[in-house]
Amino acid sequence: MPALKSLLRTPWFWGIIGIVLLLSLNVVKDPTYLAVGINPATGQLAGNLLDILRVSAPIIMIALGMTFVIATKGIDLSVGSIMAVGGAAAMELLRALNAPSSFGAMFTAIGLALLLGAVLGLVNGLLVSIVGLQPFISTLVMMLAARGIARVITGGQNTNSQNQPFQQISNGQVLGLPISFVIAIAIVVVVTVIMRRTALGLMIESIGVNPDASRLAGIRPRPILITVYVLSGVLAAGGGLFTVSEVMTVDVSGTGYQMELDAILAVVIGGTSLAGGKFSILGSTVGALLIATLNKTVLFLGVSAAATPAFKAIVIVLLVLLQSERVRTFVLQAGRRRTRKEVVA
Amino acid sequence: MSTTVSPPSPSHGTEVPVRGLAISRMWGRSQSVIPTLAAVLLLVAMLVYAELAYGRVFHAGTISSLLVSFAPTIILAVGMTIVILSGGIDLSVGAVVAFTSVSGVMLMNNGVNGWVAVILMIGFGALFGLVSGVLIQYFNVQPFIATLAMMFLARGLASILSTVPVQAPEGAPILALATDWKIVDGPKVNDFVLTPGFFVAVLVVVGAFVLLHRTRTGRTVYGIGGAENSAQLMGLPVARTRVLIYILSGALAGLAAVVYTAEVGGKAQNVTGIGWELDAIAAVVIGGTLLTGGAGYVLGSVVGSLVLAALAMIITKDGGIRPEYLTIITGGILLAFVLLQRVLTARRRK
Repeated sequence: MPALKSLLRTPWFWGIIGIVLLLSLNVVKDPTYLAVGINPATGQLAGNLLDILRVSAPIIMIALGMTFVIATKGIDLSVGSIMAVGGAAAMELLRALNAPSSFGAMFTAIGLALLLGAVLGLVNGLLVSIVGLQPFISTLVMMLAARGIARVITGGQNTNSQNQPFQQISNGQVLGLPISFVIAIAIVVVVTVIMRRTALGLMIESIGVNPDASRLAGIRPRPILITVYVLSGVLAAGGGLFTVSEVMTVDVSGTGYQMELDAILAVVIGGTSLAGGKFSILGSTVGALLIATLNKTVLFLGVSAAATPAFKAIVIVLLVLLQSERVRTFVLQAGRRRTRKEVVA
Repeated sequence: MSTTVSPPSPSHGTEVPVRGLAISRMWGRSQSVIPTLAAVLLLVAMLVYAELAYGRVFHAGTISSLLVSFAPTIILAVGMTIVILSGGIDLSVGAVVAFTSVSGVMLMNNGVNGWVAVILMIGFGALFGLVSGVLIQYFNVQPFIATLAMMFLARGLASILSTVPVQAPEGAPILALATDWKIVDGPKVNDFVLTPGFFVAVLVVVGAFVLLHRTRTGRTVYGIGGAENSAQLMGLPVARTRVLIYILSGALAGLAAVVYTAEVGGKAQNVTGIGWELDAIAAVVIGGTLLTGGAGYVLGSVVGSLVLAALAMIITKDGGIRPEYLTIITGGILLAFVLLQRVLTARRRK
């Protein structure tokens, strides 16, 4: 029983319940929804589940970065725009190199995109840690500026390019799973090991719990804050690469647009509090999968894709309400009243 | 944030004039005016530069069209000033403009009386503000999270209503707000032409000035932004005022939507207003209001809006600067002014 009780308290457990509910909703509409078949044209596995895994890859990346930013009591509103910058840089470079089957070109493009992401993340980090600006204002400026930078990179065009290896990232499979999803999970594992096997994760949490106390305990906040924002920028650029490799085109106004909400939502669903402190990487990953399932479900049910932000906004309001002191004490009191009544009876 | 500036002291009773206090207050005020003065200087410099470089800037036609086209930004900046003075932020204004304009025009198309539709537009805006305000005040949600949620909600609802532009019916009363009023009949096209929409913005500025500097509510706004606990302990109605602040910001976003929709001839789209929240924040910050709250002036925000207007004009006149750079430049200017504030407040604290 205690094991079950602690499971019920784990936020990612509710995330999985959410995924199952959404999938069942789809199965009710179309009983063959979960079927996985083999696409005769490519010889690969195909099906809605694989689609969900593929679109979840970029969300997993930005949610991972956002987890640490939020754990330090910060926020990164620029991840969606940095995705566009990463995608735009990769597409422009691949177009300029014009090497449709070169692995070298692919790695150069990936390197350039990640480097740009790191630079933009570094600017965020410096503004937050050294200058001392509020995170949301620094990253809000970056959100609009980076969108502008993406447009400048491509000259306002939606650049497309040809590179077979790069295209495989989102369209190829290993062991029947989309490569982008496998890469994303591998990155999650690596980052988890770094965070939990070194003191870095603990330091991030301590800054979020109490910056003054952690400073007194000898933790220097600046390098950690910078690390967190750089990591978020790099991961966002990586998410952008996954997104553009799907269709080999960057949409400078559409790539990553409003994805910052997805990332925040995934993190909150995963149980990391917006007030900072303890974080859950597993939770954020489950949250990202839930968002991907939600995106696909809304499309499948025939609701306009432009309307999904409204649903997500409602979900986030509900989750934030659940986290708030007022609702918690109310629920606790209701619980106590019930037990008291039982005692009286 | 400690109170380093002396805003109009948030007290109910009569002020006892103490000489030492008065002097330090004047010193404090002159310090807090520096960013606003910097904005005025920047504005003058930009206009002079534009006149010298491109000509025809100090020109009745140019100036008046600039004023008219920036009326919605001025209205949004006024609302944002009040929110930021209280130490909050409202990221939803751009999306609220989109929702209220689309819903208002659709109401007009469906036979709702034109004036009723206009009032409903302002009402819808106020409703978004009410939700943000309640979340922030009573559920302790951070302002940027609550208003970010409202931003996506409003944008999503606007997209549910329509993803294609909707057009207000001919002769809708809202269009009257864009009537050209020739104030000065100059030679050829050089007339000083203003619209009722512009005067709505002027009324909003005057109203906000009176509210902030001549009423108890206004003093409470400064009090909340300066030191919320002290304001609470002094018995100021913090909860009521904070909710009111966000309602006001939402309602002003609705009003900005009315003026903007009139100006563009009754066309409303779900993609209107992307990034307008940044324009409003930039205008407020350039105008000298501290992002941390408690100090600033609504007239400064008007100057800030005009700086943005002059920037847009220079970019259009230049022609060599691609429009892609506009958001980067706005962001850069905003950043520069935020840094200026940091330097000034840091020096004052020492």
